[in-house]
Amino acid sequence: MLILFLLPFYVVVSIAFGTVDPVFQSPLPVYQPWFWTTKYLLNEWNFVIGEFRPVELRTLVYVVLASAICLVIAYTVAYYVARYGGKRKGLFLTLLIAPFFISYLMRMLSWVELLQPSGYVNNVLTFLHITPHPINWLAGVPFTVVIGLVYGYVPYMILPLYGFLDRIDQRQLEAGRDLGANPFWTFVRVTLPLSKPAILASLVIVTLPMFGDYYTNNLLSGSPKTTMFGNLLDNSMEATGQGPEAAILVLFLVVFLMIPMLYYMRETAKAQRQQ
Amino acid sequence: MSETVSKRRQADRLKADRLKEEAGPSASSRRSRTPLGWWRNPWRRPHILASATWLYVAWSLLPVIIAIAISFNSGRSNSVWQGFSFQWWWGHPKFDPSGALLVSPELRTALIQSLRLSFVTMFIAVPLGVAFAIGISRWRGPAPAGANFLMLFSFVVPEIIIGISMFLFFTYLLKVVHLGTGAQLLSLVTYQVSYPVIIVRARLLSIGKEYEEAATDLGASPTQAIRRVLLPMLYPAILVSFALVFADTIDDFITVRYLSGGANTEPLSVKIYNFSRGSLTPAINAAATFLLLSTLAVALIGVFLYRRITSGQRGQTQEMTGYLS
Repeated sequence: MLILFLLPFYVVVSIAFGTVDPVFQSPLPVYQPWFWTTKYLLNEWNFVIGEFRPVELRTLVYVVLASAICLVIAYTVAYYVARYGGKRKGLFLTLLIAPFFISYLMRMLSWVELLQPSGYVNNVLTFLHITPHPINWLAGVPFTVVIGLVYGYVPYMILPLYGFLDRIDQRQLEAGRDLGANPFWTFVRVTLPLSKPAILASLVIVTLPMFGDYYTNNLLSGSPKTTMFGNLLDNSMEATGQGPEAAILVLFLVVFLMIPMLYYMRETAKAQRQQ
Repeated sequence: MSETVSKRRQADRLKADRLKEEAGPSASSRRSRTPLGWWRNPWRRPHILASATWLYVAWSLLPVIIAIAISFNSGRSNSVWQGFSFQWWWGHPKFDPSGALLVSPELRTALIQSLRLSFVTMFIAVPLGVAFAIGISRWRGPAPAGANFLMLFSFVVPEIIIGISMFLFFTYLLKVVHLGTGAQLLSLVTYQVSYPVIIVRARLLSIGKEYEEAATDLGASPTQAIRRVLLPMLYPAILVSFALVFADTIDDFITVRYLSGGANTEPLSVKIYNFSRGSLTPAINAAATFLLLSTLAVALIGVFLYRRITSGQRGQTQEMTGYLS
């Protein structure tokens, strides 16, 4: 029994060490909190705030856009399957879970190949005379990056939304109808408010990882015109590497991500108290 | 005479038709014949939602199917179909086989590294996670909440953060573990342990405490109660965790990439990532397809085992009811 307690506890400690401890490291790491200095941190802070501002802004715009599109797509699909799936629910669920078992890389790779100048997307577009010449989608087009993010993350949003929408009591919707609301207003007044916690949870699941995403961007664009915050992190590891810069960027991102996480936890706690 | 009768009958029929049209169910069908009426009909079938869903399914799966097909391409192109062959899988005498997945030494070592990492991680992380889950469920006080927060945290935080902090951890603090397989395994286990914990805890909550208490009342020691009563009930959750951990580990390229000491310890996923940015050949598609197939294989083994376990259980319960009656 003791082992059952101790081993997991060791894992917890190592997780905590892994994420928190190295953060203040300069090439000469300082482990005693009373010796910590903020000198490097402030330098880097100015660097982040000053020089990289366009990158942060761009990351924010891309992530917000991609999350919004994700939400629209995921909600539509989850709503349809939950309410009208009927006999086909099992089939739909299999199809919706399938992307979980396909690696993220494979899904991105398939788009890299489709979007190449000689790829099928351009073939179709030129065949239909929508564009006279093949478009080079992979040369730093913001549209490609945002849609790539949507494509990558939308499956993770559909399932939690489905799980929640499936549990909504149909009688509540019928009550809305009986009270004179048309389908649109029933949806706006009844379904949407009911599914607010699920929307919040699925947004947390999708949006937070997007802030650290560098691979989607690297694979689908690779151009400095679409650099995101995740790319800064990755570059700091690849180039000068291993130094305080990566650690401080990580700290910056963690602190930034704590804001939505704390908000989410407060909201769920509030919802639980109400029940 | 007969003519007038038939005329009157005709007129009657027309009148009846008109009446029927004005009242009854066909009123709504007439209304829904115009586009606006169709839009207003609250009981119409949700065609728009249905087509949106099918479009989404096609959009999410077709590119992958095309990518799988291209791994069997006979030409060098990774974007256009040129004919069927296995040359990117195990080579072909007519072509230079050095680029094929199972021939190229680089890709082959990566493949072995992939399998090694994911199997070892799976067999460490899942038992550990199960133990952790059972442990947390016994704890009183704030510990479960803290553990919950930690699991959620490692779930939603971008993986690059974990990758970088692990890298710094192993290069500055825990220098005993060199970058490479050891560091990769340690961080993978740390990261993946949250899957079994979450899944098994959910199952534990739904099982409740009664079974264990019954077992101890009947004279089982705490260990026996866990081993003979609780664990068999957890098998489905454990199998699902095995499949999920395997799938996630074999696809992981973020943490593992930072922690690979050199090209020798880069698994297949990292190779795919590196090649995707430069020289893409259908061999990379073959590599990605291989990852997919191995994931599917593990999932199928899980389903098979699950069937066997549950059918055994059914037999047992039948036996028991037989005894009772």
